[in-house]
Amino acid sequence: MLLPVLLAGCNAVVMDPAGDIAVQQRNLIVTSTVLMLLIIVPVITLTLLFAWHYRAENKKATYDPEWHHSTRLEVVIWTAPLMIIIALGAITWLSTHTLDPYRPLTRLDSSRPLPADAKPLNVQVVALDWKWLFFYPDHGIATVNELAAPVDVPIAFHITSATVMNSFFIPALAGQVYAMAGMETKLHAVINEEGTYNGFSANYSGSGFSRMNFNFHGMTRQGFDQWVEKVKREGSALDRPAYLALEQPKEDVPVQYFSRVEDGLYTAILNMCAVPGKMCMAEMHHIDSMGGAGRESHENRERLRYDNRLMQSGHEASAATHPASGRPPRGGGDGDVQPEGMRPRPGSPAVNQPTTHPDTPQGHAMPGAPDTVAPPQLNNKTDSNNTDTNKTDSGQPR
Amino acid sequence: MFSDIDLQTFLFGRLTWASIPLHEPILIATFTAVVLGGLALVAAVTYYRAWGYLWREWITSVDHKRIGVMYGILAIIMLLRGFADAIMMLTQKAVAFGPNEGYLPPHHFDQVFTAHGVIMIFFFAMPMVTAVMNYVMPLQIGARDVAFPFLNNFSFWMTAGGAFLTMVSLFVGEFARTGWLAYPPLSGPDFSPGVGVDYYIWGLQVAGVGTTLSGINLIATIVKMRAPGMTMMKMPIFTWTTLCTNVLIVAAFPVLTATLALLSLDRYVGTHFFTNDLGGNPMMYINLIWIWGHPEVYILILPCFGIYSEIVSTYCGKRLFGYASMVYATVVITILSYLVWLHHFFTMGSGASVNAFFGITTMIISIPTGAKIFNWLFTMYRGRIRFEVPMLWTVGFMVTFVIGGMTGVLLAVPPADFVLHNGLFLVAHFHNVIIGGVVFGLMAGLYYWFPKVTGYRLDPFWGKMTFWFWLVGFYFAFMPQYVLGLMGVTRRLNHFEDYALQPWYYAATFGALLIALGIGSFIVQLAVTFLRREQLRDLTGDPWHGRTLEWSTSSPPPPYNFAFIPIVHEQDAWWDMKRRGHVRPRDGYRPIHMPKNTAAGFVLSAISTVLAFALIWYIWWLAIVSFVALIAAAIAHTFNYRRDYYIPAEEVMSFEDGRARAAAE
Repeated sequence: MLLPVLLAGCNAVVMDPAGDIAVQQRNLIVTSTVLMLLIIVPVITLTLLFAWHYRAENKKATYDPEWHHSTRLEVVIWTAPLMIIIALGAITWLSTHTLDPYRPLTRLDSSRPLPADAKPLNVQVVALDWKWLFFYPDHGIATVNELAAPVDVPIAFHITSATVMNSFFIPALAGQVYAMAGMETKLHAVINEEGTYNGFSANYSGSGFSRMNFNFHGMTRQGFDQWVEKVKREGSALDRPAYLALEQPKEDVPVQYFSRVEDGLYTAILNMCAVPGKMCMAEMHHIDSMGGAGRESHENRERLRYDNRLMQSGHEASAATHPASGRPPRGGGDGDVQPEGMRPRPGSPAVNQPTTHPDTPQGHAMPGAPDTVAPPQLNNKTDSNNTDTNKTDSGQPR
Repeated sequence: MFSDIDLQTFLFGRLTWASIPLHEPILIATFTAVVLGGLALVAAVTYYRAWGYLWREWITSVDHKRIGVMYGILAIIMLLRGFADAIMMLTQKAVAFGPNEGYLPPHHFDQVFTAHGVIMIFFFAMPMVTAVMNYVMPLQIGARDVAFPFLNNFSFWMTAGGAFLTMVSLFVGEFARTGWLAYPPLSGPDFSPGVGVDYYIWGLQVAGVGTTLSGINLIATIVKMRAPGMTMMKMPIFTWTTLCTNVLIVAAFPVLTATLALLSLDRYVGTHFFTNDLGGNPMMYINLIWIWGHPEVYILILPCFGIYSEIVSTYCGKRLFGYASMVYATVVITILSYLVWLHHFFTMGSGASVNAFFGITTMIISIPTGAKIFNWLFTMYRGRIRFEVPMLWTVGFMVTFVIGGMTGVLLAVPPADFVLHNGLFLVAHFHNVIIGGVVFGLMAGLYYWFPKVTGYRLDPFWGKMTFWFWLVGFYFAFMPQYVLGLMGVTRRLNHFEDYALQPWYYAATFGALLIALGIGSFIVQLAVTFLRREQLRDLTGDPWHGRTLEWSTSSPPPPYNFAFIPIVHEQDAWWDMKRRGHVRPRDGYRPIHMPKNTAAGFVLSAISTVLAFALIWYIWWLAIVSFVALIAAAIAHTFNYRRDYYIPAEEVMSFEDGRARAAAE
């Protein structure tokens, strides 16, 4: 077991990470494994030893067909694993709390505590079909499929999804956390070494899953600032229509930069109201907390439908085949329906090439629904409280 | 074909010519082979005029032994399909680097890995485990059949119906592309509107009915039908593990049925249990499916623990060490298996205390499991070990399984799981315990009880070839995947950019090819055994100097199993009887009351399968017709009063005398 690990030591990123959280997780793996080997190695050795020694051909070995009980041995065979598990259980309890992804960092690495004035870098992560969208609320920029952070600066990730479940994972940096629509998960981590690391989705999400990866750059402070400048210089604006175009299912998406981001876009995505006319989750929670909308709530139904938006606009996720979508099953000779991953790959991932369909659908607002982030509630029961429906900052924190 | 499109939709629902994957060369070749093979089989059965025999003696049989054999045949056929999927996946992964896209595009690859998981768990491991439990357990407790013989036949045919639907999806439409547990929202109506997930749902629902009913049946059998004198603490360990497994089945499978029913409501009538929108919550599905899913892995492994226990004590010629602690360990595992489901999604953002709680309960399971390993170890101690093939599998299991156990406990540490979860480390871990534990156990059990089933032993040379190919193949196939997991590779990818991974995939594919040779050796073994059956014949009924009651009757056992129900005084009842100079009684036979065969199980299952097919393809008229037919057939069966018959005493005597004469020669 250890041998292949040692063999792979040179390029096994989980065993040789570059961020303090992942380093602690690596140490935990090593400690637990050693602890368990205390019992595994004797068991394997004894198995092979007994199997050899008590083989039927070995007439010198004792044969005692009625020996089937020994209280002393029974105590040992229950106690020995119990002891190991007590030790491991204690380690588990402590490490699960110290390495809780929701817990803000307290140190930069094993020798350096967190400086008192350290300000974390906030990154809002959105999993889309099949690319990653990163917002930098501190800098007002956004990127697709490229992430950067200065070394030795704590990063606070806020993670959600605008589609099915994904898992946000940069093995060199820290463990993974699921990205789920309508919910926000969190991850705190720090990168300690400069370099370019792999990031990807670790939870299967459909046909573009294999290419849903990105580069994570650990940079010097200066390098990071230059990178932010570059994004601002080369990027375009990410407003609502641009986001809705970006959201369409697309495989093997190149890096894109956005120099400006429309206010409240991430919050709207998190609240599943990025499509104009949709009701924000926070608004729904508010209605529910006020005792529900009563009989009139059916009028809100269309505004709460969200998953079907891609299918109705003809940009359904790839699992849709004939006759549900009217599109023939994939895999035929027809180039139009061939998964994009199977097409010849573009030469180099160019920045800011338009990769989405130009005639972006504008969602499926109810007739007369106002075109704001969170339109006023239709129900007049909660009339007096409608003023704060635009306060969508809470999302559904977990 | 139809000028009126509405008429076509009415008649065939979603089913059109476009649903037949004529554009997939792999599928067309497979389909051709299946059709040719099927025609050859039909021709052979017709040539030998065997239809009547098959119908009377097998398809309608309520004999637990016949049903056990049919479960076994189903499982081996499905193993071949599931393994073909595995080879396709690994070869795709081994070649698809850089500009090479491999030969499986995502829409096909995603079906392959889903089908591989579903088939291996539901249609290979489950039927094979049920085959052994069904065949062996009633013999071990000295019963003449299970408690509900008709239900047993019905359960088998429902399982076969589910397997059939899964196979049909290969050639008509498509299978799910969601992974074997079909997590929503990906498996919901908006992200998977095709028929794939519907095939998945209805295949598992039809088979799930069979599994649940079979669980009830086997529990009732153990509780009510043990031979006189066999108290609970005198039951063979395999019977104990069968009892615990079926308790798990009865408690867990309804959860699966309900969860899939909720998912089908989402898909069919527009509810929002598991969608993102309208207040649905996919996390609820993930909790529910694993509340079934974790007990499921113990449903598979516990009977295998029982098999190893029987084998170790038989081939060591020694009483099992620590019988009582073995029983308690089994019961503790049964209970704890319900308290660990959350360890399948530590990464879904639960709080640290919740994660730590479930991590620690998971580790606690390793204590009784460890005790079991030690018990087998100390059964070998001061034994006289005959290294027949089943004992090889057992030693192979003990060494392999503890490695899988160790990586399992490692994955139970939440922060370690954060970096290993969903990766190839996880894939390697569960194959390590399922192949090293379940498959090795089933292969060992198959070899061990084969002489009981057929009256002749399996060929030992090819048995050893099977074992060594599987063992070495397993290490080649999955140790590299542990390494790949530590290199940060996640599962279900069908294309890679990093060439450093490729050598490890080559090694894994090489391992899979060795396992293919292992499966080939197994089939050769069956053929060679059939050709050499006269040399391998066993007339005593007890070729291994067994210890439990199944070895006290002749091989193959007569339909009534035991001419006289044995009376049990000790654990290892047959060993005890032999030691006290047991002689076969030669007279005093009485007529034996037996259940009569019935076609009802086959008919009900066939109608259920048609109903499921109609629901998959939205052929509503057929769904209504078959639903009504299902109810009608079930009611009609209640008016069948020809349910039993007596085997006359003379017939019993002539059979027993014939066996005694043959054994004496």
